[in-house]
Amino acid sequence: MLHGLGLGSAEELFDSLPADVLLKRPLDTPAALAESELLELFEAMAAKNAAARRPSFLGAGAYSHYAPTIIDSLIQRSEFFTAYTPYQPEISQGTLQAIFEFQTLVCQLTGMDVANASMYDGSTAMAEAVLMAERVTKRSRVLVSAAVHPEYLQVAETYVAHAGIELGRLEVDETSGRTSLDAAALEKDVAAVVVQSPNFYGCVEDLKAFAEQVHATGALLVVVVTEAASFGLLRSPGACGADIVVAEGQSFGVPVSFGGPYVGLFATREKYARQIPGRLAGVAYDKEGRRGFVLTLATREQHIRREKATSNICTNEGLIALAATIYMTALGRRGLQEVAEQCAQKAAYARRQIGALEGFSLPYSAPVFNEFVVRAPSEAEGLLRRLAESHHVTGGLALSRYSAERPNDFLVCVTETNKRADIDALVAGLKQS
Amino acid sequence: MTITKATTHVTQNEALVFERSQTGRRGYRLPALDVDETPIDELLPAELRRDDDLEGVPELSEPDVVRHFTRISTWNYNIDLGLYPLGSCTMKYNSRLNEKVARIPGFAGLHPLAPAEDAQGALQVMYELQQHLAEITGLPGISLQPAAGAHGELTGVMMIRAALDARDGTTSDEAKRRKVMLIPDSAHGTNPASAHLSGFTVKTIRSTSEGLTDLEHLRELCAGGDVAGLMLTNPNTCGIFERNIKEICSVIHEAGGLVYMDGANMNALVGVARPGDMGVDVIHLNLHKTFSTPHGGGGPGSGPCCCTTELEPFLPVPSVVKAEDGSYKFDSDRPQSIGRVKAFYGNFGMHLRALAYILTHGNDGLREATEAAVLNARYIAEGLADTFDRPFDSPPMHECLFTDKRQTRKGVHTLDIAKRLIDYGFHPMTIYFPLIVQGAMLIEPTESVGRAELQQFVDAMKEIAREAQEDAQTVLDAPHTTRVGRLDEAAAARKPVLRWRPAEKAAGA
Repeated sequence: MLHGLGLGSAEELFDSLPADVLLKRPLDTPAALAESELLELFEAMAAKNAAARRPSFLGAGAYSHYAPTIIDSLIQRSEFFTAYTPYQPEISQGTLQAIFEFQTLVCQLTGMDVANASMYDGSTAMAEAVLMAERVTKRSRVLVSAAVHPEYLQVAETYVAHAGIELGRLEVDETSGRTSLDAAALEKDVAAVVVQSPNFYGCVEDLKAFAEQVHATGALLVVVVTEAASFGLLRSPGACGADIVVAEGQSFGVPVSFGGPYVGLFATREKYARQIPGRLAGVAYDKEGRRGFVLTLATREQHIRREKATSNICTNEGLIALAATIYMTALGRRGLQEVAEQCAQKAAYARRQIGALEGFSLPYSAPVFNEFVVRAPSEAEGLLRRLAESHHVTGGLALSRYSAERPNDFLVCVTETNKRADIDALVAGLKQS
Repeated sequence: MTITKATTHVTQNEALVFERSQTGRRGYRLPALDVDETPIDELLPAELRRDDDLEGVPELSEPDVVRHFTRISTWNYNIDLGLYPLGSCTMKYNSRLNEKVARIPGFAGLHPLAPAEDAQGALQVMYELQQHLAEITGLPGISLQPAAGAHGELTGVMMIRAALDARDGTTSDEAKRRKVMLIPDSAHGTNPASAHLSGFTVKTIRSTSEGLTDLEHLRELCAGGDVAGLMLTNPNTCGIFERNIKEICSVIHEAGGLVYMDGANMNALVGVARPGDMGVDVIHLNLHKTFSTPHGGGGPGSGPCCCTTELEPFLPVPSVVKAEDGSYKFDSDRPQSIGRVKAFYGNFGMHLRALAYILTHGNDGLREATEAAVLNARYIAEGLADTFDRPFDSPPMHECLFTDKRQTRKGVHTLDIAKRLIDYGFHPMTIYFPLIVQGAMLIEPTESVGRAELQQFVDAMKEIAREAQEDAQTVLDAPHTTRVGRLDEAAAARKPVLRWRPAEKAAGA
């Protein structure tokens, strides 16, 4: 081929590069490995991840739920995982129809009117919701609950640094574990109030009460959900009066995979559809009147509006959104309810047992879904370390990771995958550690 | 001329999952609850519980679900089917081996908040990937946190903002004035959108008749003293290497600004040249382009940022470092950091795949892939040179640019050519981008295609050019072989229907 193009060597392909930018040595990266060698290498590294082999009660933004086998086998079809963003709708109808189904399912679960084709994850979806609230209300102060996932809050702080938005805090009531909203905080310039429910400490917030107060001042209520399994049991944010709902969709059949890739859900009211960030699939018809789907309302997006776009997002999380769509479809109406109920039941069982242990207490009184804070008699990080070493169980998350003032507190998460025997082992371990 | 390649497009009509729903069906079974049941009202008061019984959520059996998604999948074109020559998108082969690596239970089942000492393998993967990306780009500071290219861009320009604020302060008149981000008119739309989000004002640099950044215009724009930086794609979106890159970088640096490179086209440079050696300060990489992590019908991507030592203090936190005892840990001690751009550490599953790509190719293989990608683009450029208008003479790198200028006389435009390609069994090229070239067709074959298929593509394009002259209507009505014809996108945007509702079912739509 080189000679056919009049070239003497591969080097000549790069004649348009000035000599002083060319790399004149081989890259200092390893020589090629065979397939079998590569697998051995990665298996050996994976074996060092001891935490992956232990029963675990970690949640806090990433949840271990059972994923039916068909999800992975379907998303590994070439037609799905090796396709691009559906820019040519005639040969991308599979992807487009799946996005349309995803959008609909997200609307049904959140109780909202419109959902987009996905965001990177829950944290960036929340940051985008804050930016959208400013666009909608033309106000620049956003109050965020202190019981929002700390990493979500950090992401929002980065996103608003140059957007002229000021982030204020709403404190947590130390008795109930719920967010306090006093009327004085809701001044006229507040664009939005951001509340997570169940919140970072596992407590279910009274969203309806929030919505009434927030709407009275003309602000928007943004509800964040990190544990999407809760949609199967808890009153939907939409039914409580939320204006924007963002969620982490990882619970829907997506492996925890050390933090990603996950999928951000983003839903809002019909009247804000043109302010939504990211991609949207919609119904379209061809000349014969056949129904199909296209990416639509593109005039909001960066490739058309450039610096005036509603967001800079381009690639989203298509394949993970597909996995979530298959999960929601396979479990369906009854399965989503059953998973949520089992999570709540098993968490209640674990909470009762741990709460009865001498020296341990449950600091918060608000109802929970499947996560709760435990106050240990000693420093939690050391306790959990001893528990992992002697009882081979990851007992939860020491909250000192995010807050030095909580040395003895840890967060326990229970899902339908935690067997009673594991819960009993956790309780026995805590007693001895 | 006979074009032998053809793909099939299944024409059956598969309803939406909601339309297939049958009350009482379910696609899986949970183990029985193994703890003592608490009355539901004791768990949660009724006012906190759903009261809609999830009405409308579908009920399907497992075979229903498998058939549904399998059927709709057949309406998709995909890389495994054949050439997918979307310029700038880099649709190269996605190795099944990398998929297997990402699914090893020790990685897939590892919780992000597991203690670092119990997640050493995962930290090692991230550390080694950081090292290799530093070597490939010549830029030693790395963050793997950004989730996609546009996210990496946002990170990169925010770092520029933070670095300038650290240098100049935020209160002086000079600091307040330095708000201009220069972006060539040929750039991706994400560039200006990211710059805007980072608080910059965008000014556009013209391109020359050769398709390169106009140096004179650049100097003029820099004379104002308000330039914070430049966002440049190289090779640029016309597929041409910006041969004045070193001078461009010095002009910006002398004006007190910093240079961000959009790494969307880095697959033309791996093993051949390094942005760090050109004067670039910060770059993002698209692991889903250059390093072959699957595009997945629109993500997940991964957009690591690589930067100079000077910019390292501003990278997102945390990053992975190696301690003296050989163990790995997260380092969040970076007081000047822009902060966190995503929960946890980035799209780790994509980091695994990219590292597997680098290790299976080896250093020689990485360069060979670059050579083959450029060679293949040259082959198409040469093959179509007599048939289609080429806006620029410069030799292309990994993608080549044509226009519809010769075909428009018969009323055939780029969109029509793209749709007709579908009938020949190919995915169309990128169309109407870059925006500065009227009727642009940007073709990127990648290294994952052999000569025979390249020639089939060239033949198909020539055949379409002939049809445009002799039988334009066939081209204008394309595609003819797909499940649906051209969809009315304008009507879809006027009255958007963005979700299924039961009423639509009743109306029989």
